Amino acid sequence: MTIASVGSAKPAPSRSAQSAHGRSLGWLAVPALVFFTAFGVIPLLGVLFLSFTTWNGIGEVVPSGLTSWKAVLTNPQLPHAMWVTFQVAVLSWLFQTPMSILLGVFLAGAQKYRAFLAVLYFIPLLLSSAAIAITFKALLDPNFGLGTGLGLPFLSQDWLGEPKLALGVVVFVVSWQFIPFHSLIYQGAVRQIPTSMYEAAQIDGAGRVRQFFSITLPQLKNTIITSSTLMVVGSLTFFDLIYVLTAGGPGDATRVLALQMYITGFQGNLMGPASAIGVILVLVGLMLALLFRRIGGGDETTSQLEGA
Amino acid sequence: MADTAQKTTRIRSRNWAGGTLSWVWLFIVLLPIYWIVITSIKTQAEYFVTNPFRPPMEPTLDAYRLVINSGIIRYFFNSVIVTVGAVIPAVLVSFMAAFAIIRSRPNRFIRSSNALFLAGLAIPLQATIIPVYLIIIRLHLYDTLLALILPSIAFAIPLSVLVLSNFIRDVPNELFESMRLDGCSEWQTLWRLALPLTRPALVTVTIYNALGIWNGFLLPLVLTQSPDLRVLPLALWTFQGQYGINVPAVLAAVLLSAVPILVLYIVGRRQLLSGLTAGFSK
Repeated sequence: MTIASVGSAKPAPSRSAQSAHGRSLGWLAVPALVFFTAFGVIPLLGVLFLSFTTWNGIGEVVPSGLTSWKAVLTNPQLPHAMWVTFQVAVLSWLFQTPMSILLGVFLAGAQKYRAFLAVLYFIPLLLSSAAIAITFKALLDPNFGLGTGLGLPFLSQDWLGEPKLALGVVVFVVSWQFIPFHSLIYQGAVRQIPTSMYEAAQIDGAGRVRQFFSITLPQLKNTIITSSTLMVVGSLTFFDLIYVLTAGGPGDATRVLALQMYITGFQGNLMGPASAIGVILVLVGLMLALLFRRIGGGDETTSQLEGA
Repeated sequence: MADTAQKTTRIRSRNWAGGTLSWVWLFIVLLPIYWIVITSIKTQAEYFVTNPFRPPMEPTLDAYRLVINSGIIRYFFNSVIVTVGAVIPAVLVSFMAAFAIIRSRPNRFIRSSNALFLAGLAIPLQATIIPVYLIIIRLHLYDTLLALILPSIAFAIPLSVLVLSNFIRDVPNELFESMRLDGCSEWQTLWRLALPLTRPALVTVTIYNALGIWNGFLLPLVLTQSPDLRVLPLALWTFQGQYGINVPAVLAAVLLSAVPILVLYIVGRRQLLSGLTAGFSK
């Protein structure tokens, strides 16, 4: 540490009994506030405002009352997109959470090679969703891809051509990308569980499986909530991966809400209805975040979302 | 921390389930990566006839030549400009805000700023892309790199403020106290005490944000249109549209687009992994 001044405290100046907490440093937060307001808060209000207008993306923005909302809410594509989003969120949560917990618990061990595994696991997280989608699109080619390579005919399916399979592929690729991140979170959390708890359990004769379910899992509660919040709220924003991988297809089998918003707005030039879908996305995201926070007990202001 | 982990393993016997699973997962992670690498050095003809997972008979760099001649260098620099241009201001202003939130006398302004940043974490900001598009048009920034930089800064702020303020909170108050007794202003304290002490967190936040912005796809897709202004993920996507049939070339492009990030990861790996674990596992 290079704080030269630490040891050389001078006699206290007059108004020093108070700590720095006596002064307002609010101005230091102003630059961040300006950026966040301009491109975070204003767009958030803007999306609500635009949902009550008609705009084709080029011309003037014309207020039009509830027209956009009526168009969106009566469009059968909306419930479908919500259902697809729900499926992707739930299925990828169901796949990722147990995998990440098990991998995280394993990685928390002390052997050197486990740290090395963690380094390799992290690679998918470095790639862009576009790169990952392009890779899997080619790798899942029924003729020149995975099935042929491994000599396993059941892997040579028209993965992206069948609605059910395509949804499964989306869930798998999402998991491929994000399990490493979540196992890393669990790894850190497992290391913070006091060893004494395991020692006590062992004295009581609890086996490994029993220890896992009665110590590890309960101790990971907050982490499970953080990680699930990130997973589920994050799944609302899977746009690029699905857009490049399937473009929402085949048909609309993998058209999630975010994609529905993009297609409505930027391909259909209906910015009003697209904004209404944006509002729905924001509301769903907020509701989910609050829900997870409530599940976690919602004690202090920051604890559950800490690091989220 | 390492100490605890060591004890844990000594007490706990073998974890077969976890062990098997982790090797299986390693295979699942590495197989596509291995495949990208070997396929990118195959000729197009060989791609169609050899087993996908067999290394090429006659390795060639043709695919890379094609990709480089298609202008990837320019896209690379676009990505660098956007990433550096967004990450540095984002981390700086977030650091200042985090310092203010922790060190300032608590008042309504600070409390509500903090609440605002925290709320930003729960909101999928991509959902607000349409108003962002409108704002960018009205600012006459459409189809410029600045159009990508400004929203990227804003989107990076909530998480950065949170992680950095968690770290600044851990700096012992006595250190701040002694700085003040030395007659340093808060501004000096910010740069001479808080900055060096939170360096690990700053590195983590910088790499994390750089990753997100380098790999960003939606903003470039919506806010630019000139081929000259493409950033790498967007270029990859259009490249795949153009040369879709030439899989080795597409995969060479995928690999080249990830090289800078891989290098950054190799350099900052330790700090990124430990920083993320510390930041998210509380």
